[in-house]
Amino acid sequence: MEGLRSITRKLDLQHYVVYLGFLAIFAFFAITLSGDGFLTTRNLSNIVLQTAPATIMAIGFVFVLSAGEIDLSFGSITAVSALAGAVVMQDFPMVIGIAAGLGAGLAIGFFNGLLVAYLRLPSFLVTLATLGLFAGLARSMTNLRSIPVINDAFTGFFGSGALFGIPSLILWTLGAVIIGHLIYRETRFGAHVIATGDNPGAARVSGIKVPRIRLAVLMISGGCAGLAGLLYAGRLQAAKYTLGESDLMTVIAAVIVGGTALNGGKGSVVGALVGSLLMGMLNNGLILMGLSVSDQMIVRGLIILIAVAISLRDTGR
Amino acid sequence: MTDQQSHRRPVLELQNVHKAFAGLVAVEDFSLDLHAGEIVALVGDNGAGKSTLVKMISGVHAPTSGTIRLDGEDVSFADASVARSRGIEVVYQDLALADQQPVYMNMFLGREAVRGPLHLLDRKTMIEQTQTLVDELDVRIPSARAIIRDLSGGQRQGVAIARATRWAKKLILLDEPTAALGVAETDKVEKIITTLKERDIAILIISHSLDQVFRLSDRICVLRRGVQIGVRETAATDKNEIVSMITGVS
Repeated sequence: MEGLRSITRKLDLQHYVVYLGFLAIFAFFAITLSGDGFLTTRNLSNIVLQTAPATIMAIGFVFVLSAGEIDLSFGSITAVSALAGAVVMQDFPMVIGIAAGLGAGLAIGFFNGLLVAYLRLPSFLVTLATLGLFAGLARSMTNLRSIPVINDAFTGFFGSGALFGIPSLILWTLGAVIIGHLIYRETRFGAHVIATGDNPGAARVSGIKVPRIRLAVLMISGGCAGLAGLLYAGRLQAAKYTLGESDLMTVIAAVIVGGTALNGGKGSVVGALVGSLLMGMLNNGLILMGLSVSDQMIVRGLIILIAVAISLRDTGR
Repeated sequence: MTDQQSHRRPVLELQNVHKAFAGLVAVEDFSLDLHAGEIVALVGDNGAGKSTLVKMISGVHAPTSGTIRLDGEDVSFADASVARSRGIEVVYQDLALADQQPVYMNMFLGREAVRGPLHLLDRKTMIEQTQTLVDELDVRIPSARAIIRDLSGGQRQGVAIARATRWAKKLILLDEPTAALGVAETDKVEKIITTLKERDIAILIISHSLDQVFRLSDRICVLRRGVQIGVRETAATDKNEIVSMITGVS
């Protein structure tokens, strides 16, 4: 009874928006694209596989937004991490490559976090700067070339592999969502992240180490972006400076549509997953409809605008 | 104050407390004893040093000289969290509640209950304890799960006071607890404050409303421009005397 009531309470309006939107768009494509292979298992599983990196970036972004900060640099972090992993794996075993990729993500997140939490610089400006900084670094380091990843164990683990018939990218997504959700909803740390975004003053006088929380969320975002970079490198069997470049708008839209407040204090990891799948489905459906790239961008922009407007109106913001 | 109380050791003793900011004297030479179950009001005009005093007791500022004793023991709080761990709670004027969170999460903000080997949040315990406490204090809120933003100003201040009550072992500092409230809500919050006396907690209240001070307090302490003008038993003084002490005009 208690459990049932808490479940119905959690399903407030914003959650409905993302689920209803998801179902509506799914139904729309299922009907209009029934002859174009939208509903095939292959296509549907492709959507999930393709959104895996964005979903994982979105989980990190939920933490950052909930703490009242923002991270615009995660796309660049994704590219740097993928490149770091790929370069290191040319000479070293997979484990060291993974450590390099994740380490690069965490290190950049740490850098962002130090500037935001301890030098009190606005995260919007800090991560806007590091977005450009690391995008440029990724370009100059590689002379705009892509770095191949020929390590079979790695490409299996992060890309084409499967366990018990379930593709590894789906397992990564599920694992990240479950762990992210648990930390966000069920731990003191998660509660402190949310409280920090809701009212930093109240958090501080309640004994929450606010700077530490700000540092932590930017590192989580960096770590998630690093993992996303490894997933890209595994799936594409190569790393390039362009990885993650186009994910910024998608991820932000996924997270906002998924019920996370733009100015902190409220969020949902599961909502971000559904939001991300929604964006992936939209992408997929618009391609199958035969829209040109420019038309796709227009339609996607409009749909995101509508979705964000609806979800923000329901939060009373 | 009853005889029994006056013979007990004070919960809080301030002795010749002095505070200066960069040479500017904020509090001159302040001494006061606070006993369990007693409400002392701190009154004075703006800039009289009331807030500075509260900040010294709660550990936000350290006194420049003088001693603060808690239960007879000299204390110097490094920061507010140390004072809190010693059983001192502050109810701030601006509430210090997280608006988008439920009442029970605010009640346990920074001190959330956890369970099991993974230390996951124990919402059930937090909700139950919150409900018990708001019922005891008669803070009328729809539920422990209600979101702070959906509550009235009086309900919010009730929650803030309930939180202080939950954690205070010795002393609650109330900084203008009803400044932002209407008449009916002020009445409600004052009732809650009165019930705190029965919990054997010492209460120091800052208020601009002399009517309120006379309704609630056992003693009144007057500050003027950082100088302690005097302490009066509430029952043995009247508004005229307090006003002239506050303004310095007799």
